[in-house]
Amino acid sequence: MDAKDILGLPKNALPIQEKKSKPPKETQRKPDGISREVYALMGGLAPLMPSVDVNQLKRKAQSENEKITWQWLPFTNSARKDNLQLYHWVRVVNGVPPTGDYSFAKFNKSVDVIKYTDEEYEKYLVDPAWTKEETDRLFDLCERFDLRFIVIADRFPSSKTVEELKNRFYSVSRAILIARAPSPGDVVGHPLVKEPYNVSQEIERKRALSMVLSHTKHQERRDVEVLAEAKRISEARKAAKAAEEPELPVMADTGHDVTDRGAVAADSISPSPSTQFPSATIANPVSETASVVASLRMLQVYLRSYALEQMVQAASSSAGLRTIKRVEQTLQDLGVNLKPKVPTRAVCAEHLELRKEILTLLSLQKQLQYKEAEGSSYRDGSYAETPGTPPPKRLQRAADLDRTFTPDSLSFGGERVGKRDQKRKGPGRSEAPSPPAQSKRPRKYKASD
Amino acid sequence: MLKSSDDSEKKNLTRKVKDSEISVPIVYGNIAFWLGKKASEYQSHKWTVYVRGAANEDLGVVIKRASFQLHSSFNNPTRIVESPPFELSESGWGEFEIVITLHFHSDVTDKPLHLYHHLKLYPGDESGSLSTKKPVVVESYDEIVFPEPSEGFLSRVKDHPAVNVPRLPAGVTLPPVPMEDVDKRKRGDTNDHPLSQWFANFSEADELLKLAGARQQVQAHIARLRRQLSLMDGQPPQLKSASDL
Repeated sequence: MDAKDILGLPKNALPIQEKKSKPPKETQRKPDGISREVYALMGGLAPLMPSVDVNQLKRKAQSENEKITWQWLPFTNSARKDNLQLYHWVRVVNGVPPTGDYSFAKFNKSVDVIKYTDEEYEKYLVDPAWTKEETDRLFDLCERFDLRFIVIADRFPSSKTVEELKNRFYSVSRAILIARAPSPGDVVGHPLVKEPYNVSQEIERKRALSMVLSHTKHQERRDVEVLAEAKRISEARKAAKAAEEPELPVMADTGHDVTDRGAVAADSISPSPSTQFPSATIANPVSETASVVASLRMLQVYLRSYALEQMVQAASSSAGLRTIKRVEQTLQDLGVNLKPKVPTRAVCAEHLELRKEILTLLSLQKQLQYKEAEGSSYRDGSYAETPGTPPPKRLQRAADLDRTFTPDSLSFGGERVGKRDQKRKGPGRSEAPSPPAQSKRPRKYKASD
Repeated sequence: MLKSSDDSEKKNLTRKVKDSEISVPIVYGNIAFWLGKKASEYQSHKWTVYVRGAANEDLGVVIKRASFQLHSSFNNPTRIVESPPFELSESGWGEFEIVITLHFHSDVTDKPLHLYHHLKLYPGDESGSLSTKKPVVVESYDEIVFPEPSEGFLSRVKDHPAVNVPRLPAGVTLPPVPMEDVDKRKRGDTNDHPLSQWFANFSEADELLKLAGARQQVQAHIARLRRQLSLMDGQPPQLKSASDL
């Protein structure tokens, strides 16, 4: 309700319908103060830098012929009920003081908490988990503290969780709303009816949130790795399945060796999502190659070089194009042919192993770079340099921990930080004698603790 | 082989041997001689395109027939060679891609295999100018792989030099081999081939050595990075334990 008032939306209209009609207009409209030609160059995209509205500058210039004085005047605030009179400085134009209400009075919003009668309570609201006294008390507190449920839970006499309180409040409000509506169709669009409060989901959400917030850096990194592995596995399996499926019906028709072939097919299909959940890091390279082997087997005859190509592709399926390029670059630097000249079984196996090791090498390099960048952003205290936007809680904590006096420069892009950091400190940072900023850190940290 | 016992016999022969593969190392490519003074505008080179065993073994034991798809400007551009050696000689002036299609014996597989070779007549920068003495040779090594070969195929070729046969999985016994003329086996090899002095050698050992060296380098690098990372990891825990985590 507050939000609608602040946005200046009509109270009864549904917010969703509003949204649908608005955006197209906004994207097509040329903002004031930008010439048509410049706007055309941007292709209707929002400018990266905030542009100054020229009209605003002009308006100020115009108002120069007005006579402006500042006066110490009394005012009343309609948001107050005690008629207290206070004084403040007021901008007076041409000797006429501004009329109307105190400009901040409109922000004094209070929640319309539904009131129910005893009769209604008996009819709709009886709940074995709640007495009427408790419910009354809850609604009392809801009104008094404007639905600040954390505060309400703190003041609530009997011990109930925030979720229980919320659930009771919203279910009661909802029941009353529906009961009072002349027909059920009148209130289907109401947010309380449309999106009922879901206790279990809410509890789960908070549990998950607290879990994420209590993660250590190490766990976080592991999670990222595991997710990447899982993605690779599922992609490899999808590919294998796609390769196998068209073959299956044909095999069923091949007469006497159906049973044998069926067993083979079952073997090759068995590591599929239905029978085996992607068990994270361990099984990964095996399953990738297994799916390739399975699809190769269907070919009955193939060239070793073709098999190697397929294996290489499967092994790098989760890597990006850039990573693949870097692997090939590394191979060339090592003086190894991208495609072996003598692709025997042993050579291909070695070649694959080499590629895998290079992938490991690259990911370790990335980790190291990331770590160094992380270290440098601690030292830079870059989070502290953006006062307007409070950083997320965890980052805030990190920034509090390591804030120093010497912000080197603004550094937000992770990659840029990494590169610069690498250039400055080289790979052996942790072994090298620590630079001044680093030695300063522990001292500063102690002082702030 | 009597017809009466044929049924069970046949089943044995077509049964697949799981978890094993037969591979046939091959070399395919071309040799081209410049005709020198005898060269005319349209016939500057005499060339031979071929598929041979990597050590000049007879491929006829596996390959039944090879077809070479030439450029459409040749007469009868699809040339079929029914017996080893699987090669084709022609003369011309232009380079183009030749599709070589291999067909196998019926107990091997009925699926054909395609090889793609770009015919090369003119030497690259490194080998200098045209010469009538020294031909241009371009060869590729590869291996034809038959996953899960039939027992019949396996037993037929298991002692043949052209074929790499795996060690058999336990419990698999091969049916007896129908006796074959030993002389017949020898016939199709390319050891005494007139062009054999130009054939390239493909050394698996060299390739493995190079790979092993590269792997050693990479592994050393990995170990170094791991050490560095663990050193860096050593620092944050101090911070964390001191904070209110």
